Amino acid sequence: MLSVPLLAACGDGAWNNPHKAGESARPIFFGSFSERPKHLDPARSYSSNEWAFISQIYEPPLQYHYLKRPYALVPLTADAMPEIVTIGHDGQQLDNDAPAADVAFTDYIIRIRPGIRYQPHPSLARKPDGSFIYWPLSEEVLDDVEALADFEQTGTRELVAEDYVYQIKRLAYRPNHSPVASLMAEHIRGFAAFTAQAERAQKAFGEEQGENGWLDLRELDMAGVEVIDRYTYRVRIENKYPQFIFWLAMNFFAPMPWEAERFYRQPGLNEKNINLHWYPVGTGPYMLTENNPNLRMVLERNPNFHGERYPDEGSAADRRAGLLDDAGREMPFIERAVYSLEKEAIPRWNKFLQGYYDDSGIGSDSFDQAVQFGSSGEASLTPAMLDRGIGLITAVETSVFYTGFNMLDPVVGGDSERARLLRQAIAIAIDFEEFISIFRNGRGEVAQGPLPPGIFGHVGGERGVNPISHRWEDGRIMRRPIDEARSLLQQAGYPEGRDPATGGPLILYYDTPAAGPDSKALLQWYRKQLAKLGIELVIRATDYNRFQDKMLKGTSQIFSWGWNADYPDPENFLFLLYGPNGKVEHKGENAANFAHAGFDRLFEQMKDMPNGPARQAVIDEMVDILRRESPWLFGFFPKGFSLHHAWYGNVKPHLMANNTLKYKTIDGPSRADAQQAWNRPVLWPIGLFALVLILSILPAVRGFVARERGKAL
Amino acid sequence: MSAYIIRRLLYALPILIGVNALTFVLFFVVNSPDDMARMHLGNKRVTDEAILAWKQEHGYEKPLLINRSAEGMRVFSETILFQKSIRLFVFDFGLSDSGRDIGHDISQRMWPSLAIAVPTLIVGLAINITFALLLAFFRATYLDFWGVVLCVAMMSISGLFYIIGGQFLVGKLLNLVPISGYDTGIAAWKFMILPVIVGVIGSVGSGTRWYRTLFLEEIHRDYVRSARAKGLSEQWVLFRHVLRNALIPILTGVVVILPLLFIGSLLTESFFGIPGLGSYTIDAINRQDFAIVRAMVFLGAVLYIVGLLLTDISYTIADPRVRLD
Repeated sequence: MLSVPLLAACGDGAWNNPHKAGESARPIFFGSFSERPKHLDPARSYSSNEWAFISQIYEPPLQYHYLKRPYALVPLTADAMPEIVTIGHDGQQLDNDAPAADVAFTDYIIRIRPGIRYQPHPSLARKPDGSFIYWPLSEEVLDDVEALADFEQTGTRELVAEDYVYQIKRLAYRPNHSPVASLMAEHIRGFAAFTAQAERAQKAFGEEQGENGWLDLRELDMAGVEVIDRYTYRVRIENKYPQFIFWLAMNFFAPMPWEAERFYRQPGLNEKNINLHWYPVGTGPYMLTENNPNLRMVLERNPNFHGERYPDEGSAADRRAGLLDDAGREMPFIERAVYSLEKEAIPRWNKFLQGYYDDSGIGSDSFDQAVQFGSSGEASLTPAMLDRGIGLITAVETSVFYTGFNMLDPVVGGDSERARLLRQAIAIAIDFEEFISIFRNGRGEVAQGPLPPGIFGHVGGERGVNPISHRWEDGRIMRRPIDEARSLLQQAGYPEGRDPATGGPLILYYDTPAAGPDSKALLQWYRKQLAKLGIELVIRATDYNRFQDKMLKGTSQIFSWGWNADYPDPENFLFLLYGPNGKVEHKGENAANFAHAGFDRLFEQMKDMPNGPARQAVIDEMVDILRRESPWLFGFFPKGFSLHHAWYGNVKPHLMANNTLKYKTIDGPSRADAQQAWNRPVLWPIGLFALVLILSILPAVRGFVARERGKAL
Repeated sequence: MSAYIIRRLLYALPILIGVNALTFVLFFVVNSPDDMARMHLGNKRVTDEAILAWKQEHGYEKPLLINRSAEGMRVFSETILFQKSIRLFVFDFGLSDSGRDIGHDISQRMWPSLAIAVPTLIVGLAINITFALLLAFFRATYLDFWGVVLCVAMMSISGLFYIIGGQFLVGKLLNLVPISGYDTGIAAWKFMILPVIVGVIGSVGSGTRWYRTLFLEEIHRDYVRSARAKGLSEQWVLFRHVLRNALIPILTGVVVILPLLFIGSLLTESFFGIPGLGSYTIDAINRQDFAIVRAMVFLGAVLYIVGLLLTDISYTIADPRVRLD
């Protein structure tokens, strides 16, 4: 009650507004994050929650077009798309679609635009004589510094090709622990040799300067990466690797000014958590001005941003949705983005409904409050959401969640007809339509193959039906009846699910790291699916590490796993079933340990082909093999649902790009009005509470007075 | 008294060694560094090299107890035991698994914890003692009966209910304060109101009942009867004599938790988005950042021992008859 006058004096905004007064009416984005990012260094970062921040700051040479579908790459800092030069074993230039066997190496020549400048940063601040202000760092300066913003002076410089080359060397430098180092070592010429060379140099250097000193990677050469001139560099790929172009749109290949790394390596800064993992330095539209991942992260417009215009190409649907209204306008539109740490779903959801967050996902707790399904299964918003002008965006993600069989297992695995029929029977029995309905609130699409929609090679409709588990009926994909599964099981030698060896039910084992009480219903559901066939499913729930151990040793039998695309290419999914990627033998990502000579041969052919009918034909053949062999039950492709308020504009889901903040708009005045209208303080309960309190105290006071005035006994 | 304090501090050493040994076994023997690496590296592209690199980066590639490849004292110092456990004794917490300096994080995050915990404790204590004295004053009347019923009802409700209910009622229905969040400096006050109210209300039931019991025990003592016989008013008797004589058990409950206020509340900080040490610990548990968990377990043990020592010292202040020899 005492706080009420204080709150009333808060200013013009609503009392429960968690943001600073006056900010609501400005073009500031307010969002939340639930898990603090671990690393913001582009060489290291590989999580979506980290890329949500650094993709607004760092700029690789390429990016995805915001509106075009299927996803298309366009230059970002590059002047044009990279020039790709394919060289044969005889040193002659070949066509870019030449067979891989004829190719010795492929050069990617990238020219960046002149005049791009870095954000203001203390590492780039120089004195009039050209020397650096904060290198070396004096004790006095260090004593006064607690965060990067405490450095009073900042500077900038032009982005040059050497910064991109320096970053590629950083990927190879072991102490940076880049998650893509081993992959790049397979493709970039001289990458692995550079790692070894840098390690030797580091050892010699470490003895001299200490472990945390800065080793100048510019002084070491990587055979396949070269600066051609101030604005041009070349990356040489062994043989050919057409998917490399997609990596050039990822933060791993964003530029890094060497001055920044040298600055952060100075003694005393890491102890104050001032390092490249927490304070990025880039050329992008935004810069991180506040990094308190325990509370808030703030991106502000980079005053040195080189400028970019909103795309003017899009579909008719984009035009109808108003996504081309800002075509040709200078970006970014939002001046600041404030992301608050919000760990619990309930407060996050309520603050979205109050208008204090501009967008939100939908948790299972609030799903029914937000979304309803029509008679034909289409999702729409509830009247309560529509009343507030909230918009719903849905998109099938470029991910797959599958249930796999360990192909090394003697019962469910292998090439025998018996095991194949057993897998096919289970493919019919496990009803993923039901799974999506029960456990995902309808947020998913049953997979008919390993390739999600939006990835080249995916086939929808009647042609895309998996004939093993489904059929096309009345214009719809229908799961085959359970009797067909029982018949397959009989052919496999397990009539009514009985194991002839024991005479009892066939016992199969499902390994899962989901051991908590929350997973009980899910695991029970799996058991019920196989019970339809008379098979007894034994759940072997364990912790995550024991589960990983089982997968590595190949002691699992049936398991569930998922994959999220790195880039929109079928190779990034089909390699999950490529024999030489087997988890047990090669420690690769093929968790089912599927090895099929025909599939592997087709994969090697497909991975280097350009998209087109020929590649589609190969993919179709590969998918047919997978359906027939059924090493996976294809499971489902998750469907993302997100909500946004009416004042948040230019929202279009993009499953590949993360640098999308620059396209968005905020109508601040509308937001401020809505917040004011939705959050009027309700005071009468406080008065009522005070009255009840007084009334309840009165008898006590009366009793006390009576007792004081009473006579002693 | 100084001899007593030194003796108590020496007693603390084996306790801390025991706590340290237990956490060491749990975090490094039961859960191997390879397990930790796999957990942190996630699902994609987890190679043996990546696991080794992760262990090297975090200093987990060293032997557990004895480094036979080293010489001299390095046989013991170049081990996980020394680097990760023994250094805790000099409050060198090292780096978290995500590379941040734990000591620096603790020094920053204890202030929001204190900002919530101190007013909650003070206001809660004042309200609980006042209510308890009132109930003691009106003992054996309908006010006492219904007061106790209310207390029992309040202490039967989960703390989580108060948090979610408070957020819903005060933040969402009445629109009086932000549902959650925090800010630095003076701007933090409006975010503190709701967690403090919820914290106080959540403790009223059990606190009031506990203090009422203490006061009722005192109220039947001879010195109270003598005071009344001398004609002292009931409020004078309660506040001057009963309260003072009940201080020892009150101090036992309160002083011991004073140092632990730094550590904050896991649930409250998590739900209200307070960037304190409570949410720091729960985040670390969720992310399996065992370096932080180990540091917080050790710090918790140290603070608890300090709390017990302070409790003993406070007895000498509250009751001159108590001597610490």
